Amino acid sequence: MEEEIFISGRNIPHIDPNLEVWHFPISLYLFLGGMAAGIIFFASLFTILKKEKEVPTAVKGAMIVAVIAISIGLVALMYDLTHLLYVWQLYMTVRIESPMSWGAWVLLIITIISFLWVFSYFSEMFPKFNLRFDFLKKIQLYLIKNRRTMALMLLPLSVILGVYTGILLSAFNARPLWNNAILGPLFLTSGLSTGAAAIILFSKNHFERKLFTKIDLALIVLELGLIIHMLMGMYAGSEVQLEALEILINGEFTVMFFVFVVILGLIFPALLEGVELMGFKVPSIVPALLILMGGLIFRMVMVEAGQITRYLY
Amino acid sequence: MVIDTLKCVGCSDCVVACQTENDVPVGYCRDWVTESVSGAYPTIELELKSERCNHCENAPCVRCCPTGASHIVEGGIVLVTENECIGCGACIESCPYDARFQHPDGYVDKCTFCHHRLEKGQQPACVSVCPTKCMYFGDLDDPTSEISELLKTRKHKVLAPEAGTDPNVFYLIK
Repeated sequence: MEEEIFISGRNIPHIDPNLEVWHFPISLYLFLGGMAAGIIFFASLFTILKKEKEVPTAVKGAMIVAVIAISIGLVALMYDLTHLLYVWQLYMTVRIESPMSWGAWVLLIITIISFLWVFSYFSEMFPKFNLRFDFLKKIQLYLIKNRRTMALMLLPLSVILGVYTGILLSAFNARPLWNNAILGPLFLTSGLSTGAAAIILFSKNHFERKLFTKIDLALIVLELGLIIHMLMGMYAGSEVQLEALEILINGEFTVMFFVFVVILGLIFPALLEGVELMGFKVPSIVPALLILMGGLIFRMVMVEAGQITRYLY
Repeated sequence: MVIDTLKCVGCSDCVVACQTENDVPVGYCRDWVTESVSGAYPTIELELKSERCNHCENAPCVRCCPTGASHIVEGGIVLVTENECIGCGACIESCPYDARFQHPDGYVDKCTFCHHRLEKGQQPACVSVCPTKCMYFGDLDDPTSEISELLKTRKHKVLAPEAGTDPNVFYLIK
């Protein structure tokens, strides 16, 4: 038997008894950032493939959703900073070892290019709205001409943004639940899947909906595989990883994780999408919303459960 | 820093000295005392330890700091520059010892080994106040220093070596 207690009455806010430094805004940002990365990935991919006419929502409407999501995510991130006035210090240096540092840079660049992207489609989407100034029209014309260049920049950046939302967590070896290399690809896949779901949600084009339903179904299968991979990796791990696994499969977050993320957020919508592709009528809003909900709850579970796991000494 | 667990009586003087010296806000602390009991009656062992930031050689908090506010100064002490810290909490998440916290003013705070006292040639407040003199502070790179001698002759351990942080606070256990 071993028991360890603080005898000097340690009870620091947000640290004791369980670490709670990162709250809901961080989970929200990881979800919105991942989803935006997914939308931007598809928009730029289909533009590079010169198929943008076939997926109008992905390159236009959904990109508005992406920039709004990124903007809300940024506000959420800043809301969770406790020394906000010094936030500019993030952009005074580039630290490759710190995922948060290069992530912040990627986020800044991708936000700017995405806004320019939406601006390039602005007059096409809202023909009644007149750009009053000539220079704005000139900028827009220039951006329309260079859409492909923007797509070529956005494609790798969106992958980095998607992976970064996972690596941000997996870089902390002090939190065994997060400290696994699969978290980056897993969050990227989840981000792409939620991005596809968002496109399905807003698309009115039958071909586009079907295409993204197929893509989404493949991504969900991949994501389930990666989740099994993550759990197996922890199962074969050291004591701290086994303790971390316990929280997910037989502890506080089991119901949240298996019922809301794995079953309602992945397996059930995947079945609905499969049935839909077989030709049955399913309102596509249902699987899309379930996937988005599952994506958000997945981030919440990972952020909160991860902070409970620690090294015991 | 070397701490003799056999001499420590768990009085928490080090905690109070630190809070007074460094104006640590009420409810917070940069060091703390733990009591761990192991074994089963009648062979029970009790270990008392004063814990704090381990000023790790391979400090994860310094690695993951996005602005470089967390840094290692000459001599190996890990410090935080208040006006470079954005309060993102990455270093708190990265510390296996939970040695860091968000100061009510927003920046992240932790043990500095009383860097301001060391510059004046004084010992850290916790070391100088310890009534049983169970704490030793000195230069680990100097093989003739008191702490190097202690580590050569006494059995010792560090906390959570499996975390791979290469901590610089040593506990004498025999």
